[in-house]
Amino acid sequence: MHGTELLKGTTLSDRPDLEQDRRTWQDAYDRTPLRDVDFETMSGIPVDPVYGEGPNPGEYPFTRGIRPSMYRSRLWTMRMFAGFGTASDTNARFKEILRNGGTGLSTAFDMPTLMGRDSDHEWALGEVGRAGVAVDTLADMRDLFAGIDLGHVSTSMTINGPAHIIMAMYIALAEETSVERSSLSGTIQNDILKEYQAQKEYIFPPRPSMRLITDLIRFTATEMPRWHPVSVSGYHIREAGSNAQQELAFTLANGFAYVEAAVAAGLDIDDFAPRLSFFFNSHSDFFEEVGKFRAARRIWARWMKERYGAQDERSMLCRFHTQTAGVSLTAQQPEINVARVALQALAAVLGGSQSLHTDSFDEAMALPTEDAARIALRTQQIIAYETGVANVADPLGGSAYVEWMTDEIERRAEEIFAHLDQLGDGSILEGVYAGIDNGYFVGAIADSGYRFERAVNAGRRIVVGVNQFTEGDHPGDRNLLRIDPQVEVDQLKRLATVKQARNTAAVHAALSELAIDAAEPTANVMPATIRAVHALATEGEIVAALEAVFGTYEETAVM
Amino acid sequence: MIQPPLRIVLAKIGFDGHDRGLRMVARMLRDAGCEVIYLGLRQTTENVVAVVEQEDADAVGLSMHNAQHLTLAPRMVAALRNADLEVPVILGGVIPDQDVAPLMDAGVAVILGPGSSAEKVVSAVRTAVASRS
Repeated sequence: MHGTELLKGTTLSDRPDLEQDRRTWQDAYDRTPLRDVDFETMSGIPVDPVYGEGPNPGEYPFTRGIRPSMYRSRLWTMRMFAGFGTASDTNARFKEILRNGGTGLSTAFDMPTLMGRDSDHEWALGEVGRAGVAVDTLADMRDLFAGIDLGHVSTSMTINGPAHIIMAMYIALAEETSVERSSLSGTIQNDILKEYQAQKEYIFPPRPSMRLITDLIRFTATEMPRWHPVSVSGYHIREAGSNAQQELAFTLANGFAYVEAAVAAGLDIDDFAPRLSFFFNSHSDFFEEVGKFRAARRIWARWMKERYGAQDERSMLCRFHTQTAGVSLTAQQPEINVARVALQALAAVLGGSQSLHTDSFDEAMALPTEDAARIALRTQQIIAYETGVANVADPLGGSAYVEWMTDEIERRAEEIFAHLDQLGDGSILEGVYAGIDNGYFVGAIADSGYRFERAVNAGRRIVVGVNQFTEGDHPGDRNLLRIDPQVEVDQLKRLATVKQARNTAAVHAALSELAIDAAEPTANVMPATIRAVHALATEGEIVAALEAVFGTYEETAVM
Repeated sequence: MIQPPLRIVLAKIGFDGHDRGLRMVARMLRDAGCEVIYLGLRQTTENVVAVVEQEDADAVGLSMHNAQHLTLAPRMVAALRNADLEVPVILGGVIPDQDVAPLMDAGVAVILGPGSSAEKVVSAVRTAVASRS
């Protein structure tokens, strides 16, 4: 089934089918432009683009990678996530990234924005501009991207509950600056299911939230072909306490749920599935992580083809961003986190990630300082340019252990899919809803987290610097990032000024129209949302208008 | 004589959704025989005070990960004292070392950082409760 049986003495010439496979792969490889570097070891030994047997990289089911040449053509994107203070502060940081040759921007929003509330909401006190940038109205979006040509950058926006509102602001800004919608390129996370399961940044109940997501998928499929409308994210599931197989299975199940919802809304799978992407965690158990990434590609390809009938091969590709495990960072002896991050990043690269964020060593204590973020980026650059691992696709493929681990993680994930399929009476979408309603996801994640916690407590699992090797910590002399409280004062002034200057009647009219469209399940909320943000309705006002129709989600508190 | 079990209210105030730490602490305390009143996410200071009063709780545990501890923890202590509730406030989560002194000055009883063991959590809560009664 995989390379393992072939390693026991079979050669290519004994298997004409494999020879044919290899020729197909070679043709595809030969057509791909490569980076202008020497693909040889440090000692001058030339190396092949891939070793071992098929299925080859770039071939179904893509266990060995999504492209025939993998990192020989293009290294993974070193996408570092940033956002702080007011929109103008973050804009200055964006421009610096672009000046330094970056073409991709990645936006972190503050908690009130992520929760769909304005900076003047009573709960926002102490949160405005703290963990990301505050965006209340289109005016903030103008400041955030001032002087940046939206037609020529790729923008990633990490937001979920109110994603369609932030998307509408970005589209409205493009209109104001005469950039065609169709030329907008980027990703919005827009993955609400994992919010109920893990990250908890939800607003509306699951079903109306899914409607907002399918509306955006439909809108981008027709109007914004270069946009990725959903980044299905396991990262937060893992951070909340899950194990590797749960992270993988819950994430892919959520992906299946989005596919089922969009198909049920009348879309053709091959019209939107090529624009779905994924986001995984890379944790500390090295081979388990590599197996997880390989299994992710194989499972997604098989399910898309066999269960959902995708025809376009691009619909079967599990493309993913990876971030190292923030939860594995220790506040004790924080410098040693650099080593943890390097090993986790290496697993992500050997697992074939398309893009990677490396955490900073000081993130167990605060948002990273600039120096710490630079070391994290340099860690990726060492892997990319010094270690030679980018020369060969799937270099661990064919290892009996890695192939076994890939199969085993896949088997365990399939057990979870079977459970959800049964919960949903033959629908993964309904199974995911049921699992949210009955506390399955939250409970399973907490059980795994507690299992780990108890093992650490009992000393059966060693965390270096925490329950062993604890000497050498110097808590006194740490340099941590502090956010100036003036940011909050400035943002509140800004919001008050915008509210005073706008046409209130136009805002109310736009919000009423939006509420009408929201109440009509066959309407798409995007056009009315775009009109509302043009009228300078705030994010919080738009959320309130929708809550009146959709309701508000509250979690049943279970420890 | 058998002591009644210690009763503790656990909550997160405001928007922050990082509830892994709070859940883990809830289970540690439960397994150590405490009665845990788990309120979970998106609580208000006022709501926590009301629950402490209704449930006759011995302690309040808050978890904070988004740098809002300097605002919210002193406010919780003040709200409890205004209601004549002398229960200790125990704070967990991501709290930089330099913030420990101002928080203790504001009346926070114990700060439990990341990596605290179950034994440490349970004994810190018991000690804090014992020193108030």
